[in-house]
Amino acid sequence: MCIVEVEGMRGFPTACTTPAMGGIVVKANTPQIQELRRNILELVLTEHPHTCLVCDRKERCQPYHICLRKVAVTTGCIMCPKNGRCELQKVVDYVGLAEVKLPYTYRDLPILRDSPFFDRDYNLCILCGRCVRVCQEIRGVGAIAFTYRGSDALVGTAFDYSLEEAGCQFCGACVDACPTGALAERAAKWEGLPERVITTICPYCGVGCQLNLEIKKERIISSVPILEALANKLPLKNFVFQGTPNKGQACVKGRFGIVEFVHHPQRLTNPLIKENGEFKEASWDEVLDLVADKLQRYKGDQFALISSAKITNEENYLSQKFARAIMGTNNVDHCARLCHSPSVAGLTQAFGSGAMTNPISDIGDAACVFVIGSNTPSGHPVIALEVKRAISKGAKLIVANPREINLCRWADVWLRHLPGSDVALLMGMMRVIMDEGLADLAFVEERCENFDAFKQSLKDFDLDFVEKVTRVPKAKIIEAARLYATQKPATIVYAMGITQHSHGTDNVFAIANLAMLTGNIGKPFSGVNPLRGQNNVQGACDMGALPNVYIGYQRIDNPDIQKKFEDFWGVSLSPTPGLTLPEMFDTIHSGKIKAMYLIGENPVISEADAKHTEEALKKLEFLIAQDIFLSESARLASVVLPACSFAEKDGTFTNTERRIQRVRKAIKPTGNSKPDWWIICEIAKRMGGKGFDFSDPSEIMQEIAKVTPGYGGVNYQRLEKVSLCWPCPNEESLGTPILHIGTFVRGKGRFTPLSYKPPAEMPDKDYPLILTTGRSLYHYHTGTMTRKVFGLNFLEPEGAVEVNPADARGLGINQGDKVKVISRRGEVITKARVTEASPPGVVYMSFHFAESAANILTSATVLDPVAKMPELKVSAVRIEKV
Amino acid sequence: MPHELAEIFKSYQAEKGAVIPLLQKVQENLGYLSKEAISEIAKFSGISESEVFGVASFYAQFRFTPRGEHSLKVCLGTACHVRGGSNILETVERELGVQPGGTTSDYKFSLERVACFGCCALAPVMVVDKDVHGRMTTTKVKDILGKY
Ligand code: SF4
Ligand code: SF4
Ligand code: SF4
Ligand code: SF4
Ligand code: FES
Ligand code: FES
Repeated sequence: MCIVEVEGMRGFPTACTTPAMGGIVVKANTPQIQELRRNILELVLTEHPHTCLVCDRKERCQPYHICLRKVAVTTGCIMCPKNGRCELQKVVDYVGLAEVKLPYTYRDLPILRDSPFFDRDYNLCILCGRCVRVCQEIRGVGAIAFTYRGSDALVGTAFDYSLEEAGCQFCGACVDACPTGALAERAAKWEGLPERVITTICPYCGVGCQLNLEIKKERIISSVPILEALANKLPLKNFVFQGTPNKGQACVKGRFGIVEFVHHPQRLTNPLIKENGEFKEASWDEVLDLVADKLQRYKGDQFALISSAKITNEENYLSQKFARAIMGTNNVDHCARLCHSPSVAGLTQAFGSGAMTNPISDIGDAACVFVIGSNTPSGHPVIALEVKRAISKGAKLIVANPREINLCRWADVWLRHLPGSDVALLMGMMRVIMDEGLADLAFVEERCENFDAFKQSLKDFDLDFVEKVTRVPKAKIIEAARLYATQKPATIVYAMGITQHSHGTDNVFAIANLAMLTGNIGKPFSGVNPLRGQNNVQGACDMGALPNVYIGYQRIDNPDIQKKFEDFWGVSLSPTPGLTLPEMFDTIHSGKIKAMYLIGENPVISEADAKHTEEALKKLEFLIAQDIFLSESARLASVVLPACSFAEKDGTFTNTERRIQRVRKAIKPTGNSKPDWWIICEIAKRMGGKGFDFSDPSEIMQEIAKVTPGYGGVNYQRLEKVSLCWPCPNEESLGTPILHIGTFVRGKGRFTPLSYKPPAEMPDKDYPLILTTGRSLYHYHTGTMTRKVFGLNFLEPEGAVEVNPADARGLGINQGDKVKVISRRGEVITKARVTEASPPGVVYMSFHFAESAANILTSATVLDPVAKMPELKVSAVRIEKV
Repeated sequence: MPHELAEIFKSYQAEKGAVIPLLQKVQENLGYLSKEAISEIAKFSGISESEVFGVASFYAQFRFTPRGEHSLKVCLGTACHVRGGSNILETVERELGVQPGGTTSDYKFSLERVACFGCCALAPVMVVDKDVHGRMTTTKVKDILGKY
């Protein structure tokens, strides 16, 4: 339908394939073109149910559509889930087709319901190919393709496999691209058009995808990313397309995993107070008075607050202010301890800032992408699309991962190193780069310091040693080193596989060294990019929900800073840094912490050595849990405060690329739940605290801007128009998407000499296998949200331990057998999945499942000396068949 | 991965994008494109199984079922067509219960449609393995099939 007339050209070229040139005259709407379009359309409609399309009474049956659409077979628009938003309808109107004279054939194909989230009715398909293209070209999946040809041509899978067998990731991109009712989201199928649409941010991961929540009768009916092409046409007042992290894409969690958890019947609707071991419902006044009264008795370091990477910036700011100004302690931390504390510590020392150096969209334009310790397609699906984009533009891909992740099939080099040998691997690469003269010494000379000490430490990493420790053949290390050093700009992407080690900070230093050595930092499309896990983990760190810094990484142990905050908040503050998360649990055991305020966290599942954590929580005299569900940890609480979900409140999240984005209230709070910021303020005020009189989160942001240099230019008015990456020091600033241009934040980039340290726990006779943990695409963190979503549970109902066939044979284990995984800390029972994805000697579990919680097995005793990160990625285990 | 596939892939290492020649080579060796073959080709060339299948199913030359014991070809070239080749084909289809490109469930016959064997004088022509059966009539079909 994109045919046009161009003066001086013969025939009717298609607009989308004809390059525009100066001076050409294009006509898009002449009687002749419209006639041709009508003819084409008529042909298309011979295989598409068109009765309603050309019916002259179509308005008159609208009142009955509720009854009519319940039929199983769609034979006209009135029975079609796409009615009202169908592009085919629009085209028919536009070209004015009034009649289809050619004979009609109904394809009579069965409706395919193999996806838990959408139906495929290829009787309605017009073979436009959009779904195929988005799946292959944008998503890089290719689950569907055109099959057969001529009149048999159809969109389908190889051998009619189910979508799951065909590798579908259930991202829903095809559904959103489909112009007709052929692909329809099942849950929203008969909902019709929304009453209103609110643009907000996905609450799951750190990518921070912009999503449109479609609302009808105070219910979210669907959550859809905004396609670029449609963005301008939709009546969206508050939509900022410039600088979205996701460019109209999302993943299964954001696309299909939101409605069910927000509207889940198990949402907490009333405050709960535990009496004689039983929860009973209470009013807000009752519970807030009780909390305020109790907390008066636990001021100082006997109190600890665990804030959350799931709540907004404003709420994190208030929670740390509450702990510091009201409770008089710096015992405040959150789950970043368990993901990127080594990044913050390491990158701050090396560069002066602990965040991603470049925006997500830079990855797609890099000439070489080095992905280490990140299963990007599972953990950060939308960032994997950028990796895919880079590859289709000809970039080289290096993947370093012990497991065969999806990205490996595109990799030019796949380094399958042993878990825990990252320092050796990276130093080995740097050794090659130095020896072969591939280093950017001019950059090192001009921009960096401490190079000689670093160079000295490279001596220990001759490739024979590196090969032995990492089990990666020398040739591959050399190839990877050459690629990374010569294909510029090169970018490094990493995640938990680097940080969750007892020497996680060293791993981060190694990465920083590598980037500086080749000059791949402080420039577009290069950089060091730690992918943050939770939706607002970056924000929670920025807001100072950390024991050693105030907001904006201003150090607790600096008396000037302390003075600044004492003046600003009008209270005196504790000069001693507080305890980190794992230290808090130890301190509860030793009886020094007696009360805890837990906001939106579920440490019983997410902490290393879960048993130890659970016992600690039980030992507390007073535990407040504030959450949207009664999580495993909340069950242990003295009082439970029901919080609003992200869809029921205003605020901001800061995503992994430091982009500050507006979260908008879309629906009324569920039951009597309240926004976290309101709850914190109420408790503070009842305890006589000053500076908690906020009526709206925008006021909290004004306060944040005053004391946080990087957020100085951020306010809600601006966020309606622009999306800003911090640092954004003043209202003129448009933010800083790329850090360290010209000079590092700390001045000079600092090299760190390194030595190889084996993981704290290596396999031995009794525990011969290495257990490593990770995330699946379908679940999120401890599963409090995702495991409430039917379709996500359907796709991945239970945990499993992945075992290499060679190990499985030795243990006599078959696919699906029940097995016991045993470590020095405990044991869990789960199913075995025998797969080549795990190398011999290494087994893998994801940590989302309470009933087979991987973190019962991991160790909390050996912490990273700098960042206090427990070794979550490497523990020694053995497996027994049960 | 079956040994044959590994061998074939070796010679295509330099041109992983050349899916069609690869498909041809694999079919030549295995006689058809099995599920496993499609899956390995997909892995080898870095595209999905559905994409490989999509390409293969576009061309009539590729088969997804193993070849039967006997290959049965019915000619529909001009001469044969004029002399009733399509009736012969229809009869064969009915007798065997398969479409061109398919194989009978007992793997006895694989049916194909061809355009001209070069013995138009004998039209209509049906060829079973190497035996040419000329001047076919619908009544002869059953007898001939019975001989194999
Ligand atoms: S796909 Fe569009 S044109 Fe076709 S039946 Fe549905 S609403 Fe009508
Ligand atoms: S849901 Fe995503 S992965 Fe699955 S077929 Fe559609 S576009 Fe492809
Ligand atoms: S996008 Fe929809 S209409 Fe177009 S080919 Fe795919 S299923 Fe058919
Ligand atoms: S990639 Fe992350 S932010 Fe985007 S939709 Fe998925 S879970 Fe949400
Ligand atoms: S052919 Fe041009 S947009 Fe479809
Ligand atoms: S047309 Fe049939 S053999 Fe030539």
